[in-house]
Amino acid sequence: MPDDVTVDVVVVGAGPAGSAAALELARAGRNVVLVERGAFPGAKNVYGGVVYGRILDEVVPRWWTEVPVQRWVTRRATMLMTPTQALTVDYRSDAWDRPPYNGMTTYRADFDSWLAGKAVAAGAQLVTSTVATSLLRDSAGRIAGVRTDRPGGDIHARVVIACDGVNSFLAKEAGLLPRTDSAHTTLGVKETLALPREVIEDRFGLTGDQGLDIEMVGCTSGIPGGGFLYTCLDTVSVGVVVGLDGLAASKTRPEELIGALKAHPAIAPYLRGAEVKEYSAHLIPEGGYRAMPRLATDGMLVAGDAAFMCLAAGLWLEGVNFAIGAGLAAGQTAAEAIAAGDTSAAGLAGYRRRLEANFVLSDHKRLRNAADIVLADRMQQEYPGLACDFVEQIFTVTNPKPKLGMAREFFRAVRLNKVRLRHLVRDGWQAMRAFR
Amino acid sequence: MSYPDVSFDQRMSTVEFRVGERAHITVDSDVCRSCTTKDCVHACPAALFVPTTDGGILFNYDQCFECGTCYQVCNREGAITWTYPDGGDGVVFRRG
Repeated sequence: MPDDVTVDVVVVGAGPAGSAAALELARAGRNVVLVERGAFPGAKNVYGGVVYGRILDEVVPRWWTEVPVQRWVTRRATMLMTPTQALTVDYRSDAWDRPPYNGMTTYRADFDSWLAGKAVAAGAQLVTSTVATSLLRDSAGRIAGVRTDRPGGDIHARVVIACDGVNSFLAKEAGLLPRTDSAHTTLGVKETLALPREVIEDRFGLTGDQGLDIEMVGCTSGIPGGGFLYTCLDTVSVGVVVGLDGLAASKTRPEELIGALKAHPAIAPYLRGAEVKEYSAHLIPEGGYRAMPRLATDGMLVAGDAAFMCLAAGLWLEGVNFAIGAGLAAGQTAAEAIAAGDTSAAGLAGYRRRLEANFVLSDHKRLRNAADIVLADRMQQEYPGLACDFVEQIFTVTNPKPKLGMAREFFRAVRLNKVRLRHLVRDGWQAMRAFR
Repeated sequence: MSYPDVSFDQRMSTVEFRVGERAHITVDSDVCRSCTTKDCVHACPAALFVPTTDGGILFNYDQCFECGTCYQVCNREGAITWTYPDGGDGVVFRRG
């Protein structure tokens, strides 16, 4: 890249948000540079397993014919666990096994590179192995581009779109995010394990390119968080996600939590003989709607993880789709603002309006209290045991003693787990409100 | 049903690192000496923070995931100076 370039827009980070933003700007005929610090898009990215691809309909028609998919998720399970028990709600559907599909597993190195390729094909300039180290400002103090770690590598732009991930130092420099936010940030650690393709299909009841995704609660030694397991073509990924404050207080090492999950009697048989191919770790912004930064300031928009757009709402664990949705909206907004000659915060205000009108902020606003409920101590430490004991009692045949009946078995499980009924009623009410 | 888990070194040996010349994270061990919790030691998923006998911290950036856990859990201002590795350097996830 030549010294000190001037473009319409510089997008920082070639993850899903950044590539979507660059794609929209290129489509609008704007001169856009997409800066990526990794050697290739996706090199720095880790996720919990599933891309929900509906938003890709706006990127490329019939995307499923070309996307680098591993498996199409046809089985979606939620598992409540204690050290010796597991209660699973396991749903499978043929509908998710054919176009237009629902969820897919993929490797981020493949998926993010594919999406960045769409932006490049539309005319965006991708510059890899380059870190945007700070913001440039004009004489009026307004954001006017980024400095990079290349010699003479300042990129002057009318709009900066910060898609630089959960640690977003650009959003922090702009004063949009606090320096640290451990209360709203979780650590995900993951092992990707190799198993032969046919073994995966036999163990998980899958055929061809069908896939499975299990989300778990109660498997993190009481630290607020959860676990996950999902299948790729010839690997299975298993990992845990834990709140940073809880992890710090626990004095437990992250990989010990993965080790305990892999040894759990409900999980171990799935992984027998599997060999670790890659260990990985990444932070996740789980604060949701209430922890989101201001999304626009003079000359700058924020999208994706940098804007805390991960949805960690128990039943729904989504992030890549929100990043793409926000990136598209950011690109459209920046293109319009440049055409109108106003890239101030007011000129970029259409970004938030767009997100409020589509799923990005609607879903986040609707589920703004859900993460608190999922990560609450009782949900983590008491209710999985209550649910497991209740079901175990129902299915344990106690002949010659007659059956107690559902209600009495339930209250027995409540007593056994030292759950207070008033807590249960209050938490149930709050959960209904949070997920309504 | 359980089997012996892999060792930590085996786990880390599966990860590709393009180690840069510049230490992108530095730790001021003098500041760490006043810290009683040293949460970084067990929270870092790559176990890069090692307590020393004099109450400080020994840190090596070679096998860093660049996740940010350390500076997020650190409660001593100025103990950890955190930047990304230079462009193209650092961790390379193939199956993230």
